[in-house]
Amino acid sequence: MKAAVITFPGSNCDRDLARGFELAGAEVVQVWHKETELPAGTDIVGVPGGYSYGDYLRCGAIAAQSPVARAIAAHAARGGYVLGICNGFQVLTEMRLLPGALMRNAGLKFICKPVTLRVATTDSAYTAGYAAATEVVFPVAHHDGNYSIDAEGLARLQGDDRVAFRYAANPNGSTDDIAGVLSPNRRVLGMMPHPERAVEAAQGGTDGSALFRALAGVMASA
Amino acid sequence: MKARVHVMLKDAVLDPQGEAVRHALTTLGFADVGRVRQGKVIDIDLATTDRAAAEAEVRAMCEKLLANTVIEKFDIEIV
Repeated sequence: MKAAVITFPGSNCDRDLARGFELAGAEVVQVWHKETELPAGTDIVGVPGGYSYGDYLRCGAIAAQSPVARAIAAHAARGGYVLGICNGFQVLTEMRLLPGALMRNAGLKFICKPVTLRVATTDSAYTAGYAAATEVVFPVAHHDGNYSIDAEGLARLQGDDRVAFRYAANPNGSTDDIAGVLSPNRRVLGMMPHPERAVEAAQGGTDGSALFRALAGVMASA
Repeated sequence: MKARVHVMLKDAVLDPQGEAVRHALTTLGFADVGRVRQGKVIDIDLATTDRAAAEAEVRAMCEKLLANTVIEKFDIEIV
């Protein structure tokens, strides 16, 4: 598995995400936002958490227009894998690679704590390593994680089994308790919680490891 | 020409920030306050002197970047 992890000005989870991929055996290349092409042979792009471009205008809005975003869109259009976490999820919705939008948390507070999620589908390269309805604990750290989508879009997500994770106890007002969603081809995942902050015992838990391992397994057999 | 863009959340979208402002206003004693919605104003200087061209260009800017039309609506004033 060859992973390209993007760094925008203001990204702060890029090294954590690289570590998550590396622990699963991936070759990781860090890619600066001004690059117009991804490294040859990239299997998966990691779009990390942080505050890209200071969250100016809207979280992820400026990053979605950056040179590397065009390369990410082309990679996704070719059927490539893209994992966006936290600000990365916001970037992917702003790029319209994923439906919906992330709004200010319903309680208006920045939320930074471990949360319990339920694996909502095992039908993806990201979630194939979990048993159905498994509960996992990943940290969240966001101010704008309130997933918003209209009724028609929600029905489509539900009908296509494209909700990847749901909050066991909704912390931010997200529609249908949604914590992560998949693209129509199931190869693009955006999620607010941080699996890469749950891959080593020193981080307080390792529930995220199965996500990266499952990805590595899919890439190895491809 | 100058353009002024107003970006607001769509009416059907809950606005937690507007709600917090409403709450603070009532706490301050402004008992008359009903609903509050918070948005953005963006001023843009344009080289063109053609009003229609300016409006078309700013509309494209709104759709591509200035508003997230999933949750937001926009109004354009050419001044």
